Amino acid sequence: MLTRREALLGSVLTAAAVAAIGSAPAMAAVTDVAELPREKVTLVAPPFVHAHDQVAKGGPKIVEFTMKIEEKPMVIDADGTQLNAMTYNGSIPGPLMVVHEGDYLELTLINPDTNTLAHNIDFHAATGGLGGGALTLINPGEQVTLRFKATRSGTFVYHCAPGGAMIPWHVVSGMSGAVMVLPRDGLRDEKGKPVRYDRIYYIGENDFYIPRDEQGKFKKYDSAGDNYDDTVKVMRGLVPTHVVFNGKAGSLTGENAMKAKVGEMVLIVHSQANRDTRPHLIGGHGDFVWEHGKFGNPPAKDLETWFIRGGSAGAALYAFRQPGVYAYVNHNLIEAVELGATAHFTVDGKWDDDLMMQVEAPKAIAS
Amino acid sequence: MSFDPVFTLGTIAAAALIGLGVSNAIDGATPSRSRVPAAVAELVALAPGSLENPQPGEFLRDNHPVPAPVAKETIDTPLEIMKFQVTASDYDRCVSDGACKPADSRLVGNVPATGVSFLDAQAYANWLSAKTGETWRLPTNVEWAYAASERFRADIEGGDGDPADPARRWLTQYRTEAALGRKADPEPRPLGAFGINSKGVADIAGNVWEWTSTCYAHVTMTSDGVASSLTNCGVHVVEGFHRTYMSNFIRDGKSGGCAVGTPPDNLGFRLVHERGGFLQAALRRLGFT
Repeated sequence: MLTRREALLGSVLTAAAVAAIGSAPAMAAVTDVAELPREKVTLVAPPFVHAHDQVAKGGPKIVEFTMKIEEKPMVIDADGTQLNAMTYNGSIPGPLMVVHEGDYLELTLINPDTNTLAHNIDFHAATGGLGGGALTLINPGEQVTLRFKATRSGTFVYHCAPGGAMIPWHVVSGMSGAVMVLPRDGLRDEKGKPVRYDRIYYIGENDFYIPRDEQGKFKKYDSAGDNYDDTVKVMRGLVPTHVVFNGKAGSLTGENAMKAKVGEMVLIVHSQANRDTRPHLIGGHGDFVWEHGKFGNPPAKDLETWFIRGGSAGAALYAFRQPGVYAYVNHNLIEAVELGATAHFTVDGKWDDDLMMQVEAPKAIAS
Repeated sequence: MSFDPVFTLGTIAAAALIGLGVSNAIDGATPSRSRVPAAVAELVALAPGSLENPQPGEFLRDNHPVPAPVAKETIDTPLEIMKFQVTASDYDRCVSDGACKPADSRLVGNVPATGVSFLDAQAYANWLSAKTGETWRLPTNVEWAYAASERFRADIEGGDGDPADPARRWLTQYRTEAALGRKADPEPRPLGAFGINSKGVADIAGNVWEWTSTCYAHVTMTSDGVASSLTNCGVHVVEGFHRTYMSNFIRDGKSGGCAVGTPPDNLGFRLVHERGGFLQAALRRLGFT
């Protein structure tokens, strides 16, 4: 049952939503928002994140982003397996957008006429209108601008949700990303003490469902539309053919391994728009983990593995204490090793014997 | 290095995605169901000589890893080795005879047999020896290195370990391999596609890594030589663009536990033809060597 207060709040929110699409009765609200300072942000492709303040300077503002939707074939493993990808801004996952609680996130979404499908965007960080999905459906050759107020802090998934059977298909074709809404005064540990990060990486995990031919080889299709029937059959089996970070098996390894130094605090944002996952840093931990991703809750401490629910994004803060090569995996190790969900960190610094040492190297068993 | 879980995980790629299984490896379209005797493989006869061979395995001194010592090895008698890797169609003859398991690769014809384990390679060598009455066997690591000549790379080294900082060697090795910039190249090509080396041997260090008969070893050294050595013949040396070590039953190198970075694209083999009679071959197979 709705309390009077909830009912009132509800009506206010409704008014704000109406205002956002420019309806007459709420012009006042629009004017107020319109007077806020604006900041235009150029997005960068994951695992990197655009420059941002951890502690907000000044009051709320409107943060403007632009993303172009690109439908294009992308290779998702070393064997050259091809996905008819649908992407936000050309990357899988789409870029991480960072704002502060109380800011307004204003996105211009462009669907160029070189695309063939209608798309939209559902922000889990947004309130009402199916997360914005109801207000952003655009055909090839159209663009739309949506603004929503970041009312709660945390890491949140966004994804394409163009209705019915299109929803999961667009998501498993690559259309997801994340928004990080920071508390205005930055992150805090479980005791409320401020914590900062020296580096941030955004890892989007995707499950893909590529159909195979009679010989068991992955099939290639000219366009996304051609693969739909076959792909849905694989999807309904719920067994992904690929589970990868950053759009491709091995995309965050070798030359592209993530970098850090001993002593640096690294914030790892991890999203999965469709399926549960369990990140684990081999040889490391999560010092402070917002498993649900929501910064209004105190972080969990000292985790070995954390659980990211399908359709959510979490954040883990860790100070590397030992140099070396670290694997960051989905600790369903079959998914990590066989299906692709492994990334690497290379960490420079001084080795600490106190934390670990090989007391005696391998040798024949003493008889 | 080769069994470090961090590195092992690193090699994954999407690897086993092509795991087609044994049962469907050969479809109805396979041309050779015939009982044709084995084709006579083209051989290259290499004159005796010597080579510098960074030894395979892991080496420890004073309790920390060191680069593999480089041994001066000699090949005393002429070495007859297959010019090309064993082809899919040759291997298929062994399969038709019931002496080999179908390979994981579905390719047929004039391409290297790939998707084969050490055990498969041995089965083929035994079958070919029986078929021809001659001795065919996998090359040792030294023989392979000699035949590979200027294309021989050995292990990707992490350099001298810093006893105070084991991570330095891991990072060096990881970065050295990453810097080679070799991209995955999974599709086997027709014989000869990777050219011929200075010794007339084809397709060395292309996209098919080759099994050798040399076992993995863990060696503890002192300043004046080897203190102790422990070999593990459940794991064999695999040579190619770089050297690695694989469990005998692995058919897909991408999921088989390579060291760092780029894993083998494919696993195949070529054989050495041993001079000597059938009796010798039979004795060898029975273990009287």
